[in-house]
Amino acid sequence: MAGKNAQHGAHGEHITPLRTYLAVGAALIVLTILTVGAIQFDFGSAMNLVIAMAIAVVKASLVALFFMHLLYDNKFYLFSFITTILFLGVFIILTMFDTMRRGDFYEEAMAPITPQAAMYESIEADTTGGHGSHGEGHGGGASHDDETGKSENKTGNH
Amino acid sequence: MHEGWAGKQMHETETTTMANHSTAAEHPKWMQHHFSDPIQQRESVKFGMWIFLITEILFFGGLFCAYAIYRAWHPEVFLAAHHALDWKMGALNTIVLIVSSLTIALSIRSFQLDRKKEGMWLLVATFLLAGVFMVVKYFEYTHKFHLGIFPGEFYNYGGFAGVNNPHIFFSIYFVMTGLHGLHVLIGMGVIAWLVIRAARGAFGAEYYNPVEVTGLYWHLVDLIWIFLFPLLYLIH
Repeated sequence: MAGKNAQHGAHGEHITPLRTYLAVGAALIVLTILTVGAIQFDFGSAMNLVIAMAIAVVKASLVALFFMHLLYDNKFYLFSFITTILFLGVFIILTMFDTMRRGDFYEEAMAPITPQAAMYESIEADTTGGHGSHGEGHGGGASHDDETGKSENKTGNH
Repeated sequence: MHEGWAGKQMHETETTTMANHSTAAEHPKWMQHHFSDPIQQRESVKFGMWIFLITEILFFGGLFCAYAIYRAWHPEVFLAAHHALDWKMGALNTIVLIVSSLTIALSIRSFQLDRKKEGMWLLVATFLLAGVFMVVKYFEYTHKFHLGIFPGEFYNYGGFAGVNNPHIFFSIYFVMTGLHGLHVLIGMGVIAWLVIRAARGAFGAEYYNPVEVTGLYWHLVDLIWIFLFPLLYLIH
């Protein structure tokens, strides 16, 4: 993987050729222009996000492999880095499953957890046997709550 | 583990005849006595930095997760509110950070080739580019503060009629870019210290570990911005 004219340092470390650094820098700037350009076109909001993230991943890979020397260094660093990204993915994806699908299990809890959520009214009603008595409840009483979490409820599956 | 970090450590204790010219007898100033040779020291320092960078990725990861949840819940808020950000400023800062990443990478290369002056000036260039980033950030922030766009409960901007809770977007914006900006400032401090040491001739082909690990940190700061830019400034 080392270039033809790759040099080695005082302790045998790989020295990336100047050309490689400049080419990677130029590629990063071109990709920045590309990502700004791509957003001017309407591919649908999901597709635009996918394109923007794909370009960002390519840019991040260039930085990590060449600027951070992961391509040439001890592969244990690359392994650590990729493992971290994988676990970050697990973290975000599982959290998204929870927050996006919570309504499938708890019909009251689709809204983000705030004291304004109707869930709190029913809890209060259960514990005090009384009425929802807090200031800005917009769920409309402690009765059952098809209108709960208005704008928050994107999936609309009650 | 060929040439591995742990493998090398074990190998070193068995045999002292390695093909490098720095033995305990010479003991250069930068060589810590608890390492058996410069290669082991270098690999250990870098591994330590990578562990730190992993915690940094997870640290920012929590914020990216918050971003993902709120954008999934309120796509219309993100679409409307992001118009308050100037993508030209964001794009300019992206280019500035990319070039600064390039200059610090080239600085390490210069030290590897024992071009000490060139390495120092490339560090100065990196510092100045980081300064440009912070100046652009300053103009962006003050513009928003003038409008009344503050984080959290201090938000008092009257724009975005008909959009529910636009402050959610700006709270995420301020925390993510603020934390990133703090990393840039810390990086500037460390790079300034490197410039002073480089001016005294501390770094050369034999020893440049501090420059190399600061470079890793600086590239990570760039890497995070590479994701922040499209996520905050370019929403369709």
